[in-house]
Amino acid sequence: MIKTIIAGIFIFGGLFFFMVGTLGILRFPDVFTRIHSAAKCDTLGALLSLMGLIIFNGFNWTALKLILVLIFIWITNPTATHLIGKAEYLRTLDEGAGINKDENI
Amino acid sequence: MVKILVFSIIFLSLTIMGCIYRAIKGPSSADRLIAINVIGTKTIILILMVSFILHETYFVDVALVYALISFIASVVISNYIESLGGKSR
Repeated sequence: MIKTIIAGIFIFGGLFFFMVGTLGILRFPDVFTRIHSAAKCDTLGALLSLMGLIIFNGFNWTALKLILVLIFIWITNPTATHLIGKAEYLRTLDEGAGINKDENI
Repeated sequence: MVKILVFSIIFLSLTIMGCIYRAIKGPSSADRLIAINVIGTKTIILILMVSFILHETYFVDVALVYALISFIASVVISNYIESLGGKSR
């Protein structure tokens, strides 16, 4: 019973972060602010939801697979977000801006 | 616990609807790619919750392979956006 309550608290926290990230994607005015909101949605929402599922499951091989999925999400999603932001920044540069002198890359 | 997981699945589906709106409407191609990336993460969580409802733990492997394929698609499409250049939408 107490395990269900703790797992439910974690899963509802994850759902809160997913809702906030989706509101940011819908409402923010720029590409880079939307990238910021989507990164919150990927890391914190996935962490809290998977922690709730791990607590509900107990410690066995399925919990180790869930931790593997969590580590993989945490490595790959910031990498993909960084690549999208860099591609959009390079696409919208002016022609004479001088990429070699740019300090943002 | 099953009621909490069913409510979570319905709520995640509603937020996926919001991301699909941004993926259709989004002005630039990077907006669409961000929305598809977030939809991929939510789909992984949704597959794991379905596996806990049905008591079928081999869906965890399906979620892991889905994460791999989603990451490769994001990297390839962002390289394509970078190679477009210019002001093209």
